[in-house]
Amino acid sequence: MNSLFFATLPLLLATSASADPLVQIRDLSFAYDSRSILSGINITIPRGKVVAIMGPSGCGKTTTLRLIGGQLRPTAGEVLVAGQVVHEFDDDGLYRMRRRMGMLFQFGALFTDMSVYDNVAFQMREHTDLPEALIHDLVLMKLHAVGLRGAHRLMPAELSGGMARRVALARAIALDPMLIMYDEPFAGLDPISLSIIGELIRTLNDALGASSIVVTHDVHESLKIVDYIYFVSEGKIVAEGTAEEIKESQAPYVHQFVWGEADGPVPFHYPARPYGEEMMEQPSRPRRWWS
Amino acid sequence: MNNARVQQILRQMGHQVTDRLWRLGFACRFLLMTVLYSGTALKRFHLTIREIYFTGVLSLIIILVSGMFVGMVLGLQGYDTLQRYGAAESLGVLVALSLVRELGPVVAALLFASRAGSAITAEIGLMKATEQLSAMEMMAVSPIARVVAPRFWAGVISMPMLAALFSAMGVLGGYLVGVQLIGVDEGAFWSQMQAAVDFRQDIMNGVIKSFVFGVLVSWIAVFEGFDADPTAEGVSRATTRTVVTSSLAILAADFVLTAFMFRGI
Amino acid sequence: MNRAVIDLWVGLFVAMGLAALLFLGLKAANLGATDIGETYSLQARFDNIGGLKVRGPVKSAGVVVGRVSEIRFDAESYTALVSMQVDKRYQFPRDTFATINTSGLLGEQYVGFEVGGDPDMLKAGDVLKKTQSAVVLEKLISQFMFNKASGDEGKK
Repeated sequence: MNSLFFATLPLLLATSASADPLVQIRDLSFAYDSRSILSGINITIPRGKVVAIMGPSGCGKTTTLRLIGGQLRPTAGEVLVAGQVVHEFDDDGLYRMRRRMGMLFQFGALFTDMSVYDNVAFQMREHTDLPEALIHDLVLMKLHAVGLRGAHRLMPAELSGGMARRVALARAIALDPMLIMYDEPFAGLDPISLSIIGELIRTLNDALGASSIVVTHDVHESLKIVDYIYFVSEGKIVAEGTAEEIKESQAPYVHQFVWGEADGPVPFHYPARPYGEEMMEQPSRPRRWWS
Repeated sequence: MNNARVQQILRQMGHQVTDRLWRLGFACRFLLMTVLYSGTALKRFHLTIREIYFTGVLSLIIILVSGMFVGMVLGLQGYDTLQRYGAAESLGVLVALSLVRELGPVVAALLFASRAGSAITAEIGLMKATEQLSAMEMMAVSPIARVVAPRFWAGVISMPMLAALFSAMGVLGGYLVGVQLIGVDEGAFWSQMQAAVDFRQDIMNGVIKSFVFGVLVSWIAVFEGFDADPTAEGVSRATTRTVVTSSLAILAADFVLTAFMFRGI
Repeated sequence: MNRAVIDLWVGLFVAMGLAALLFLGLKAANLGATDIGETYSLQARFDNIGGLKVRGPVKSAGVVVGRVSEIRFDAESYTALVSMQVDKRYQFPRDTFATINTSGLLGEQYVGFEVGGDPDMLKAGDVLKKTQSAVVLEKLISQFMFNKASGDEGKK
């Protein structure tokens, strides 16, 4: 019963309430202890769209995904998914919400002790009472969608990086989620796997009637497939717009990022004292006995 | 200047203490959660059976072989000492009592901690480092219920079995050396043993000990794995900590349990 | 690995563990073999019980017929009151003589019954009248020395 409900859910949602956005982030701030990661960001993910969150490494993109998934609690502000505030859920509510989300982790995060088949079947077995025959068909369908039906017997250790990413994608869409989140889906892939994944993100989103969030720093691949882009730097949104707007943008930071310039608003040098002054002074640290 | 240094040392020590206490508290809460989330591990028992295979069955060889050797050494050393007092027939008593009461539970637990405990920590730590636990959480499956609890219960179930096997193998080893090799009278060996070893006082207390050790080792192993820094270095450090902490915990708990159990009548 | 194979191995493992426990219980401990069925209780007073322990054996003609169940100090007569559970199958005459013996030179101590000739049998709860205390090594030696000394004097 449950599974049927979940299977039809994205369609219902897509048709019934396409007006209000699926995910809404309002004035969101987050800090680890006293180290601020995000401060006052606003992001809207409309239904049916693919939205990218871009920025340099360590700017808080992954943190944003974890906040949407409810793995972290915001210090201030709130995240709304399908109209409900994420951090106000109790454990059961959170788990019920997560069943309607799929997430692709940076390096796939496949369960290493299970075969490809069992990885994709994992959620179906955990959350539904479907007979094994039906699970078999569903798993092969999902694997077919990512082009890896033939690899269902392999173990994750036998897969290449790109294949592992695709299996993880099949696993993420196992229960036909309404929201798919991608954490650096392009990191460390060869050009062929890169465009396969890019292609899949777009087609799966449209075929499932889902919405997608892509967290990435790969400009060229993502500009090809996404509908809207947010630029994050040092915990703030510094620019947003469609792919064309971003490409044309004259904002110095965006320009540096999109065109990959070595120096600019993001300096090449880590902050330091003047060069000459530092060279003149003797090293003050005493020699250690082991050096 | 000296003052500042002293202050710094004091602050560091204070930090160490609070850090340890915080970890202890977290570990206790973690144990409670593991027990509370055990429904899945017990309802879908094949998950636990799978882990018993990895923790128990794969530790069999090391336990059986070590038990045999420990028993054989006890036979040699025991005979050497006992025959000075003309009490070589009591060899069976010496071998059986020392194995059943102490060596069986303790040495089996130490071996179990280094064989299975470290493997559990490394496995859970690696699952954390490769974001598998996060992925599971995002798939609305509790990692504590699905990953931690089956491993915990597998350890708790395996430990008494392994300790009993260790003791039995040790008694056999002592028999081989004492009776077959040295030539202590076989009848005296067994009958003195049977007269001196009490089922409830000695064997059941040994089983209780090994059960407690099983809980301790499994708890420490799953906790260290779950709490490991999600890096290669963090996992290796956690694995070391599992072996060190659980060895110390086993020996300390053994003293406390022995003090409670074997008060001379 | 196949689930059936794992199940098989784990089954074997558990069976081995239980077998080991059974082996320890039957072969190393006295479970089953010397389990005394129905018993009745007897008591005996000793001046000195030496190293007798609770659960120590009660033997007659070298055969275990019961176990010591309780040892108490009687503050009125300043003696040790030993309670024993004796196998119902064995009856002893009223004038049975209870002694505390040692098996071997350094072995454990046990209560020995030496049977007399009384036609009446002991009943449950009876107290054995005639007892002999444990041999205390120091007493034995001093006795021996005293005898030797007095013997020497007699010769003179």
